[in-house]
Amino acid sequence: MALAIPDVMLARLDPLANWVRANSLWPMPFATACCGIELMATGASKHDIARFGAEVMRFSPRQCDLMIVAGRVVMKMLPVLQRIWLQMPEPKWCISMGACASSGGVFDTYAVVQGVDRFIPVDMYVPGCPPRPEQLIQSIIDLQAKIKQTGTLQGTEFGKRTEHMGPLPLHLN
Amino acid sequence: MAFDVIVNALKTKFADLATSEFRDNRRIVVKPAQLFDVLTSLKTEHGFDMLFEMTAADYLKYPNATDRFGVVYGLLSTASGERVYVKTWLNEPELTLPSAFPLWKGADWLEREVYDMYGIIFDGHPDLRRILMPEAFTSFPLRKDYPLRGRGERHNFPVITRAES
Repeated sequence: MALAIPDVMLARLDPLANWVRANSLWPMPFATACCGIELMATGASKHDIARFGAEVMRFSPRQCDLMIVAGRVVMKMLPVLQRIWLQMPEPKWCISMGACASSGGVFDTYAVVQGVDRFIPVDMYVPGCPPRPEQLIQSIIDLQAKIKQTGTLQGTEFGKRTEHMGPLPLHLN
Repeated sequence: MAFDVIVNALKTKFADLATSEFRDNRRIVVKPAQLFDVLTSLKTEHGFDMLFEMTAADYLKYPNATDRFGVVYGLLSTASGERVYVKTWLNEPELTLPSAFPLWKGADWLEREVYDMYGIIFDGHPDLRRILMPEAFTSFPLRKDYPLRGRGERHNFPVITRAES
């Protein structure tokens, strides 16, 4: 049955941009550990994030607008993570996938960063060790809702986030 | 070649060798000054042509330990399949050993790793740099007096807020 689509439609630009952006998120798979395996499973045919328009994994940050940090990040990798984040074009979002990326997980050692949100802005946290693909899909759905509710054509909502959102660096005695 | 044959041959050339055997684990403990000669002898006269492992351990606060660092070389004879471990003890401030790189090229990265984690210097190593930790790292993290959570190295980064990225 053919849909009855009118010849002319009127829409405000912000919701139109949000609709387009939310349904074509291109992830940057920053997969460093076992969460990366679940990320691959999410992209594969059984769970298939193509249903949510987020299947185009790009390995160049210039072509991405969603960074998925999947796995622990060590102090040698964090400058790379920050550089890749800065290389991604606007508008961009970040999902911190799994316990290690969100808090360091069980790796409370000298080399492992205790949560990437201490050093880069994070939009969605996914709990789990590692999270199941359904959880990652739920975070993408939630991120789509966030984009549709808060997004603007010019990306002015990002400029208001001037304060550091994550926990402050630890004070060691 | 039986282990006691090797040990007897070594003991005629080197004094102060301590040896022990547990199941198929054969160990020779040498002084750091004799280490390179013992390794050379094991390679050239006894056919241990492969260095399959080399590592170290910090015995700080270890019960009944008298020395600080133990450096262990695992040797393999690929012809006979025999293995032997050579161990030497080091104490601060003389943390220097002769490099085994002239004998086995495989010692290159192994010695770099021991240097990176324990700060033991290998004389004669062609390129003794850190291999795992960043170049700017100043501590030797597997030493027992280094705190598990570090000295703040993991938090020494600029914070990027969303507005400025």
